Amino acid sequence: MSEFLAMGGYGFYVWSSYAAMAVVIGLEIRSVRSRRKTIVEEARLTVPEATTSLFPRGHA
Amino acid sequence: MTKHANPATAVSAGAILPGIRWSLSRDLRIALRSRAELGVQLLFYIIVVSLFPLATTPERNLLATMGPGVLWVAALLASLLSLPRLFASDYADGTLEQIALSPYPLEALVSGKILAHWLTTGLPVALLAPLLGVQYAMDAESGFVLAAALLVGTPILSLLGAIGAALTLGLRAGGSLLALLILPLYVPVLIFGAGSVDAVRAGLGATANLSLLGAGLLVAVVGAPFAATAAVRIALD
Amino acid sequence: MASINWFKYASPVTFFPLAGRLIPWFAWMAAILAAIGLYVGLVVAPTDFQQGDAYRIIFIHVPTAWLSMFLYVVMAIWSALALGFNTRVSAMMAQAIAPTGALMTFIALWTGAFWGRPTWGTYWAWDARMTSELILLFLYLGVIALRNAIDDPRRADRACGVLSLVGVVNVPIIYFSVKWWNTLHQGSSISMTAAPKMAAIMVSGMLIMSFAAWFYSIAVVLARVRTIMIDRERGAAWVGNLAEVKNA
Repeated sequence: MSEFLAMGGYGFYVWSSYAAMAVVIGLEIRSVRSRRKTIVEEARLTVPEATTSLFPRGHA
Repeated sequence: MTKHANPATAVSAGAILPGIRWSLSRDLRIALRSRAELGVQLLFYIIVVSLFPLATTPERNLLATMGPGVLWVAALLASLLSLPRLFASDYADGTLEQIALSPYPLEALVSGKILAHWLTTGLPVALLAPLLGVQYAMDAESGFVLAAALLVGTPILSLLGAIGAALTLGLRAGGSLLALLILPLYVPVLIFGAGSVDAVRAGLGATANLSLLGAGLLVAVVGAPFAATAAVRIALD
Repeated sequence: MASINWFKYASPVTFFPLAGRLIPWFAWMAAILAAIGLYVGLVVAPTDFQQGDAYRIIFIHVPTAWLSMFLYVVMAIWSALALGFNTRVSAMMAQAIAPTGALMTFIALWTGAFWGRPTWGTYWAWDARMTSELILLFLYLGVIALRNAIDDPRRADRACGVLSLVGVVNVPIIYFSVKWWNTLHQGSSISMTAAPKMAAIMVSGMLIMSFAAWFYSIAVVLARVRTIMIDRERGAAWVGNLAEVKNA
């Protein structure tokens, strides 16, 4: 196992690359998820168009 | 979107040259009225060029190596700095909207503006370059090639820059955003332009570089005014 | 093929559920392929006799570098469709691709640096490919910054469309110019063409990883485009009727 991690002496370079990849992908997925959460929350608070008019029966 | 179908612009193919001439002379008149501003832009170019030896070394060989690159980067920055002038004030006071409704095709008017921009920034920068080259131990042939490369290359800067200037019209972060949008697109011009002097110094001759710049200019002349006009229309909608 | 009415999906109302159905499929494909690809690349593939185990970085470097360029072209195509047909979904797709493209470019640069250090002896060399990749990153950031600077989403769509089309014309020119510059200054650069002949198992590992990266990008872009749709169509009846919006 430690031989695998050492990567023939290049462990630092190999694992830095793979770690950067993992971190970036993790952050991207997290940011899309959290953005979606806030957007859905905001959409819920927005009154749908069909009922936005205070006088829907043609008073406006 | 309906502006595209303006019947006045559709039938007026013959109005292209008069349109260019009209907006060129208008912009030149405005530019000459604010000569001080043009002078400041040239001074900016001269000062940037003069700072590099102070920041690095007065050693003549190194200066000769750096010179073309420094002069080109300074030319890029000078062009960039003057780009907001292209549309911004006309956009701010509503003139641009009036111009867009004139019987001339908007493409022609934008082209005239770009030409005026080059005549007031790129041309003086190119003409000044051999003189500033003396600061960088540049010989006469290199100075001449540098000026030639700038004469062919700076119009491309104005053409590409016009697209960025139009895209950032009326935006808050206009200036720095413009730099981010446009400088990466300037890279080929920078490489072929500065490379032309390097090629002369390496004994290869500048023909290849200058031809590539010329080809780039042709492509930019054909394409950029349309992209810039599209961007102006987007900003006006 | 011809029987499908593609314009049916040009509206967020129909595209949104379609994307929702596709995301898990692409995400699982990406996860499975990545697991296989990593196993092949890190365990099965033999140590390279020239570069040692450092070459294993290319299993993520090459796929992300390919994708970074490809995504820019795909973004430009969506932009062109948006400008040409004035379709909202195309513009939203272009908007959703930009961040993923920028991240792929970043990973390609980062892994390139960590591959370059043991192989060339330096983290950064002004190699034609790395330099172009850096400028590509600037192009992506320009599109994203322009989008963020414009408040009106419709204007942002069209402005970013024009910018990415200008950019996509420039990408090959930039690559050519950087390569030209690189050959002129041969002395100061390191030849990258010394890539060793790769064994079949190495190539297959790289291809599997490429497909994994592709599927991941599709999944994440679709997820992002769904968020963008809810955001921009907020207040529309179909958004109000979505299960996730309706039920707290």
